Amino acid sequence: MAKAPARKSAAPTKTASTPAPATNREMPRDPVPYDASPEELEKFYREMLLIRRFEEKAGQLYGLGLIGGFCHLYIGQEAVAVGLQSALDGDKDSVITGYRDHGHMLAYGIDPKVIMAELTGRQAGISKGKGGSMHMFSVEHKFYGGHGIVGAQVSLGTGLAFAHKYRGDGGVAMAYFGDGAANQGQVYESFNMAELWKLPIIFVIENNQYAMGTSVNRASAEDQLYRRGESFRIPGMQVDGMDVLAVRGAAEAALEWVRAGKGPVLMELKTYRYRGHSMSDPAKYRSREEVQAVRDKSDAIEHLKKLMTDAGVSEDKIKDIDKEIRQVVAESADFAESAPEPELSELYTDVLVEQY
Amino acid sequence: MAIELKMPALSPTMEEGTLAKWLVKEGDTVKSGDILAEIETDKATMEFEAIDEGTIGQILVAEGTDNVKVGTVIATIAGEGEDAAAPAAAPAPAEEPKAEAPAPAPTPAPAAEKPAATERASDPAIPEGTAMVKLTVREALRDAMAEEMRKDDRVFVMGEEVAEYQGAYKVTQGLLQEFGAQRVVDTPITEYGFAGLGAGAAMGGLKPIIEFMTFNFAMQAIDHIINSAAKTNYMSGGQMRCPIVFRGPNGAAARVGAQHSQNYGPWYASVPGLIVIAPYDAADAKGLMKAAIRTEDPVVFLENELLYGRSFEVPDVEDFVLPIGKARIMRQGGDVTIVSYSIGVGLALEAADQLAGEGIDAEVIDLRTLRPLDTATVLASLKKTNHLVVVEEGWPVCSIASELAMVAMEHGFDDLDAPVMRVCNEDVPLPYANNLEKAALVDTPRVVKAVKAVLNRA
Repeated sequence: MAKAPARKSAAPTKTASTPAPATNREMPRDPVPYDASPEELEKFYREMLLIRRFEEKAGQLYGLGLIGGFCHLYIGQEAVAVGLQSALDGDKDSVITGYRDHGHMLAYGIDPKVIMAELTGRQAGISKGKGGSMHMFSVEHKFYGGHGIVGAQVSLGTGLAFAHKYRGDGGVAMAYFGDGAANQGQVYESFNMAELWKLPIIFVIENNQYAMGTSVNRASAEDQLYRRGESFRIPGMQVDGMDVLAVRGAAEAALEWVRAGKGPVLMELKTYRYRGHSMSDPAKYRSREEVQAVRDKSDAIEHLKKLMTDAGVSEDKIKDIDKEIRQVVAESADFAESAPEPELSELYTDVLVEQY
Repeated sequence: MAIELKMPALSPTMEEGTLAKWLVKEGDTVKSGDILAEIETDKATMEFEAIDEGTIGQILVAEGTDNVKVGTVIATIAGEGEDAAAPAAAPAPAEEPKAEAPAPAPTPAPAAEKPAATERASDPAIPEGTAMVKLTVREALRDAMAEEMRKDDRVFVMGEEVAEYQGAYKVTQGLLQEFGAQRVVDTPITEYGFAGLGAGAAMGGLKPIIEFMTFNFAMQAIDHIINSAAKTNYMSGGQMRCPIVFRGPNGAAARVGAQHSQNYGPWYASVPGLIVIAPYDAADAKGLMKAAIRTEDPVVFLENELLYGRSFEVPDVEDFVLPIGKARIMRQGGDVTIVSYSIGVGLALEAADQLAGEGIDAEVIDLRTLRPLDTATVLASLKKTNHLVVVEEGWPVCSIASELAMVAMEHGFDDLDAPVMRVCNEDVPLPYANNLEKAALVDTPRVVKAVKAVLNRA
């Protein structure tokens, strides 16, 4: 079969962000890249590197048969979760996503051990081993999953936003979904209600260019996905999802709008996944050169490393962080391999909350 | 120490594969993300990427080797500053997977101990001298919602025409006036969307009551009822709850044709993680609706359009709440047990009256809750009467009736003097024509006939 030609849209844009076309309606302000201190750069680096190394290790454990079923890795997209979630108020705001969820959990600082142990299906996993890769939650962090049905999290996230508004707690919901989910009907049902009721929600399309094996251009009549909210009057912004500072800057502009009670914002984050859709995807729908080109030219972690060097962070310091992250990930893998499987009695627990 | 590269499992089912091609050779420097080899699995040819940086030490399995077991060491990588030429005791190429990294063993799992069934709560005792008031089922449901909304400000009602229109079937009449538009929310026609929104709001700490104009429209939303609401508590290991009530009319109404006339009781009752309630009279509608709103579990509450306007006695007590999962013996009898739920209970009671005139003493049980099913009450009655007939306004195949027949086989076989019989709708989509519709639906004569057949009194 002929290899798909590299398309312009396959490589993320390097511009900071593109505002929606001018209308006579009020729009969120144009975002500017976030001005991070060296300490903040270091923090972003630590978080993004943790996600990458964690996911690489998860891929390895999958290869060893220690992780089963579907396992969707976040490698390449790290700047999105880290940039966006760093802008949220952890005490108030809530987050929900689909099945490619390990990165979002890690970006919240949730212990990598309990995440990895969930991947290996152990009692110590965050869902007691009963959820697996696609079904992880941390209500404590207001992270509401981890959902396996493409697009479902968009309606659920709209419900989280409804709850914020109902209680008047000042919180904002952030609902992540992919370019594939962007074609699900319930997404637009949710857009309609969210704008109609001015719900405090940021819809985030992580456009990694491929819905499993189908490129955006082959699946979407309007492939500029940030425009998908226009007929609902939801302002859209397109953001370079490979640049953590652009992501963070755009998140702040979106949050200003939403927190001011002006209703939802749709953010399209242009990003790229280096690995297959899931572990069993050979990714024959794109060329190796295409992947390599993104890795070489647009890698979010390499980009950040350069910013750190420019900001005066020493090579040694960066090396120390790398070592430290490898250690954390190795420990999480050891833990996840050695922790016991759930007790058989767990089969029957948690089906219902109450006794009848 | 050298890193061992092992034959990876590259699909959920792969046990061995072919090492099709090496893309590196001994002594090559590799970094994370480099493609090392191509491996043919049972499904596809996959690229095998490096995870660590270093130098390829030894290649232990030659390209073109078939049937390489998952876990076999295929090469070694020396890390930074290590001697690539001296890997630590290179293992044999065809080595079995190391014991330290076993795949979760596919040995037959020993049967887990099922928790013992809990004692079901009984209906609250109604103090002697309690006044009874006549209420329609419609009013009883409205009163239940209003009482719970007064008690708990997390409770809100959402659906099509629930607020300004006062409810398509007037079940939410007056709620907007009392509770305002924030708590009684008209939605666009968007079942999938607002069912998901409701489930998300429940996860976020509210207690939504989601009205479907009919459960036929909930088919558009069934994904959220089952995948989002019912499974969340289990998938999260008990961490995340979804306390929500999905309610609305269910079953055949009158002359509305196939797409608007279906009983979803058996559909939802088959799903672990859901509570399914289908009341018959006004008192049960009230007491069980209040229980449904209070519970922390997701509830599917199946009403019946033809029952909305019927009046029944409801005890005039403050806070009348009934236990979920408890059947009710509507009529005591010793010859035969007739089990039903929702509108079928009326038919069963009518049939029992007719049968009494012919000297047959029928016991009638209203299941009230379809999940969890109160099999203990049914089995106790069967023990007494030795005959069981199930009446269900719904299709016969994979029904509550067929489920109860199986329960009788498994747990009441020795009590059965005759095979269990079911009286259900005909196994066809519901027709429109008056005569055909009548012919398709359960009715009292059919119940009478079945009871006589089971008692061999035909």
